[in-house]
Parts: sequence; C-alpha cells; structure tokens
Amino acid sequence: MTAPITTASGTRSAARGGGSGTEVRRRRRVQHPWSIVAFVAPFAALFVLFYLVPIGVAIWQSLLVVEREGTFGEAREVFGGLQQYVLVFQNEAFWTSVGRVLLFGIVQVPVMLGLALLFALLLDSPLIRGKKFFRLAFFAPYAVPGVIAAIMWGFLYSPNLSPFEALTSRVDLLSADFVLWAIANVVTWVFVGYNMLIIYSTLLAIPQEIYEAARIDGAGQARIAWSIKIPLVRPALVLTAVLSIIGTLQLLAEPQTFRSFSSAVTSTYTPNMTIYATSSIPNVSLAAAFSVVLALATFVLSFAFLRFTRRAGADS
Amino acid sequence: MSTSIEPDATSAMAAVNPRGIGRGGDTHPGAGRARGPRESLLSRSGAMLVMAIFTLYFLVPIWWLLVASTKSRGQLFSTNPLWFADFQLFQNIGALFAYRDGVYLKWILNSLLYAGLGAVVATVLAGMCGYALAKYRFPGRETIFNIVLGGVLVPATALALPLFLLFSRAQLTDTFWAVFLPSVVSPFGVYLSRVFAEASVPEELLEASRLDGASELRTFFTVSIRLMFPALITVFLFQFVTIWNNFFLPLIMLRSEELFPVTFGLYAWNSTINQFPELRTFVLVGSLLSIVPLIVTFLLLQRYWRTGLGSGAIK
Repeated sequence: MTAPITTASGTRSAARGGGSGTEVRRRRRVQHPWSIVAFVAPFAALFVLFYLVPIGVAIWQSLLVVEREGTFGEAREVFGGLQQYVLVFQNEAFWTSVGRVLLFGIVQVPVMLGLALLFALLLDSPLIRGKKFFRLAFFAPYAVPGVIAAIMWGFLYSPNLSPFEALTSRVDLLSADFVLWAIANVVTWVFVGYNMLIIYSTLLAIPQEIYEAARIDGAGQARIAWSIKIPLVRPALVLTAVLSIIGTLQLLAEPQTFRSFSSAVTSTYTPNMTIYATSSIPNVSLAAAFSVVLALATFVLSFAFLRFTRRAGADS
Repeated sequence: MSTSIEPDATSAMAAVNPRGIGRGGDTHPGAGRARGPRESLLSRSGAMLVMAIFTLYFLVPIWWLLVASTKSRGQLFSTNPLWFADFQLFQNIGALFAYRDGVYLKWILNSLLYAGLGAVVATVLAGMCGYALAKYRFPGRETIFNIVLGGVLVPATALALPLFLLFSRAQLTDTFWAVFLPSVVSPFGVYLSRVFAEASVPEELLEASRLDGASELRTFFTVSIRLMFPALITVFLFQFVTIWNNFFLPLIMLRSEELFPVTFGLYAWNSTINQFPELRTFVLVGSLLSIVPLIVTFLLLQRYWRTGLGSGAIK
C-alpha cells in the first residue's frame, strides 16, 4: 500500500492516548457489560444459528448412512464413519464437474480480470473522455442477477431469436463443445464492471505525485501503467482473483438456468449442481459429504493462491 | 485520506480506507491529471475505440431485452431483434401482471421483502455488533472478530445445503423464514462496521454523551449511527444485492410458488418454456422489470457504492 499503514491496535492505543497507568487498572473491569451483550448478542446468536450450526449439521450428516432391514424395510440413519467420503472419491460425475469448473476458471478468471484491469487503467488515464458514462455502462450488468443474465444470453445464443444470426446460424454456441464458454461469457459480462470498479478505486487512492517523476523522465501512459500502476494495484488484483476462484468453484445459477437452452448441460455439470441433484434424489448424506469436500477444496485453493502470489511478490 | 487500517487478522485482505467511503467519488485527488505530455491522437482514439466496442458488448444485451419486451409473440421472431416493431410493452406488462392471478407481482413483493427487509435487519445487527467490537474492550473480543472474519470467506452457496439440512430437521423448509432468516446475517457487514466505527466515531463524543446521562444504546442509535451512515449504506447495498441474487437457497428450500422470489420464479418459468412457449414473452418482460429495482437502488445510492466498493472490496 502506498499510504502509511496503521494497524488496528496501533489506532486503538493512539486513540486511548495518555494516562496509560489508569488504563491498565480500568481494563480489568469491563465497562458497560450489559450494553455490550445487547449490541453483540443478536448478531452472534443468528451467526451461530445460521453459520456455525448448519456447518456442524452438514458434517454430522455426512457421517451418516442409511440402513434398511431387508429390501422393503424401514430406512434408518446410522453412524457410518467416513463411508460417504469413500463414495465421494469414487464418484466420477463429481470429479468431472470439479475438473470442468477448474478449466472454466483457468480461462475465464484471467480474461475477466485482464479486461477489468485494462478498463480500470484506461479510466484512470487521460486518454479517454466521458469517464462517468463508461463507468456506469460497464457496471450496469452487475445489477442483472445471474439467473436473468443467463436467460438473456440464452435467448441471444438461440439461433431463431438472436440478433447475431450471422454467428449463431453457423456455430451452435449451445452445443456440448461451446456451451461452457458460452456460460463463461455470461459470467464475464456480469462481473467485469464490478472488478473494474474495485481496481479503479484502488487507482484513485494513489497520490498523483508518484507519477510526476516518471512523467518528467518522459514515460508514456503505457509505461506508467506497466511499471507503476499495475504493481500498486496488485493487492486489489489478488483479492479479486481469490473472490473469482471461489465464485467459479461455486458456479450454479448460470449453468442451472442454461439447462433449458442446452441439453449439453447435464444435472451434474458443476459441483454445486451435483450437490443439488444428489440432495433431491434424496441422498442428503452424500450431498453433505460433497458439500464438505467442495468447501475444503475452495479454502485450499484460495489459500494456495494467496501463498503463491505472496511468494511471487516477495521475489520481485 | 492517508490512514489505511489493516485489521490484525486480515493481512490477506485488502487494506481498507474507511474515510474514503462516503466521499463523493467523482473528484479525483489530482485534478492536474490531464496535463503532462500530450498523448498522441493515435493512442487516444485507440483507447476510445476499445471503450466504445465494449460499451456495445455491455449494453446491447440489455437493449435487446428492452426491445424484445415491447414486441408481441409473433413479432419476436419476425422483426429486427434490435429495433422496435409495434410498441406493445404496456400490453405485455398488463398480461404479465394478470397471468395466473398476478403471481408475478407476488414474486416481486416477496423479493422486496426478502431483500429489502432482510438487508435492513442485517445492516442494523451488523452495525451494532461491529460498533461494539470497535468501541468497547472486553474479553473474547478478538476471538469473536476472527470467527466473523472466517464467516466472510464462506460463500453463500456453500451454506445452502447445510441450511437445508438444518431447516428440514426443524421442518421449516418451504416457509418464508427458510429464505429470510439466513439472509439477515452479514459477517462482511460486521467487518466493515467495525473498521469504520474505529475510524469515524470519536471517543470524546461518546464520553460527552455519557456525561449527558444517555445510555449506551441510546448513544448508538442517536449519535454513532449517524457517523457510521456511509458504511451502513454500503453494507445495506451489498446485502440487498446478495439476497436479491441468491439462487441456491430458494432452489433448495422452496416448493410453493407463492413464496418464490422473482429471480427464482422467472427461472422456474424459463425451465418450462419448451412445453409452454407462451411463457417466453412473460419471461422477457418479467426479466426486464425485475432488474429495475436493482438499477434504481444503485442509481439512488450511487455516491456510496462508487467509493464504498473499493473499501468493501473484501466481499
């Protein structure tokens, strides 16, 4: 970061200011305990109930198996240890769907962030006019929910409705070969503007003086962007990349909606679609195990990416 | 504008600039930006060309939706997709609202209730909690904050199935509460409120209010909440969008049509479009109308999200 960074604790001690002797003594007794409870308890209770408890329930459910007495006997849920996880690792459809979203992410995330970075840099350069208009126009798709965006593009891809008939009559964008990239286009269309704004507001926070020396040395806009601006927005890029990786693994609304446009999108097309399909069989224990594995994979992947970029950053 | 605050546990997350949030984002810190060496005509027109092409990419689909919504079913296929034929928008809207006793209007109301009310409740709860974490010292404070930060990283879709398992144990699936209650929890809101309260609510003001005999809660709702307003608007906006776009939760929880939020209702119609082609016009007009509330909200609260996005980047 360019600005001097104060840590939260630093700010706190600065705010407290002098008289540290009395502070130490006073700290032992919490002031306004009941007010604190009144402030924190409502959120804390709901957080426990709708974040922590469900995660616990899912992990517990993933350890259960259904047992029947005879073929037509009553089904009972009994503890089955890690049996569901064995099934998860044997489940080909699930791993195919994981591979599919990884492929999707490897292509779509760099394209989307590359475009977002390009637009942010252009907005921040003196090269263009009408910045306010472009900013709004590029951000507008973010106001379109994923389902609605998928419906719109689904129609645009359909040969008989599309305004781009010249293209859609020649290439079937909804066929098995292309539909993954057709969906990637929908996701890109929705999120480029959002990521652009995150990067752009980071650029706005950079003080202008930094560019002075480069300008005096005669560096052009491209040079300034490459050597000064991009290194400075690195944290924002890493952040948007992690968020996009998480989003990619969780892909659901767009492909699920595309099922009515393309028969190539199966009910187990992405991991979350597999989870939904499994839970509506209903095989909730296996679905819960899928969920746990997917959540772990998401965490591992985003932390691995953070580590990787941090190391790469330290080297340069 | 120079103090960035990096909370202890979040070195991985972007530094936040809390004072930047409410600042009307239009004025650029260096107004002299356009000076400097003259940029060549070639690079200027090249840049404008790129922006113009992508403006088409971003806006043509929305334009197409607008045009398609004004057409009758026959003309949808037979006329130029990007230009108006007979203008039937209002007839189409009327037919949509009348279809199946106005189920579409019911969906819009549901969405406004889920997203509007849900986001208000979420913002107040998160604001209170974040404020307490910033302004009071008590044991367990950092632990609570770190757990909440972990919650920020959990995507909403990852919680849908676990929530379904929980609600089905309580036999509460397919109710209003199954979608509403999980939406009022916003860990991101707590995070942003804490960072913002730390920077923008001065200790002296609280002491003054205490000397006047005001209770802590009263001080929060009369004094502090005003100072935190820009952050709270950002939290509200993010939560509103998150709930409005939420798909997995209604998909897995709801069976009764009268409880659907509008995006999910349109999804349901769209999935049966091959059997009921007459639904096509309704899906198109319904999609157009359903993005209006979001666009209105964004435009009304523009000056907050424009800068708030940068600081709220951890979403």
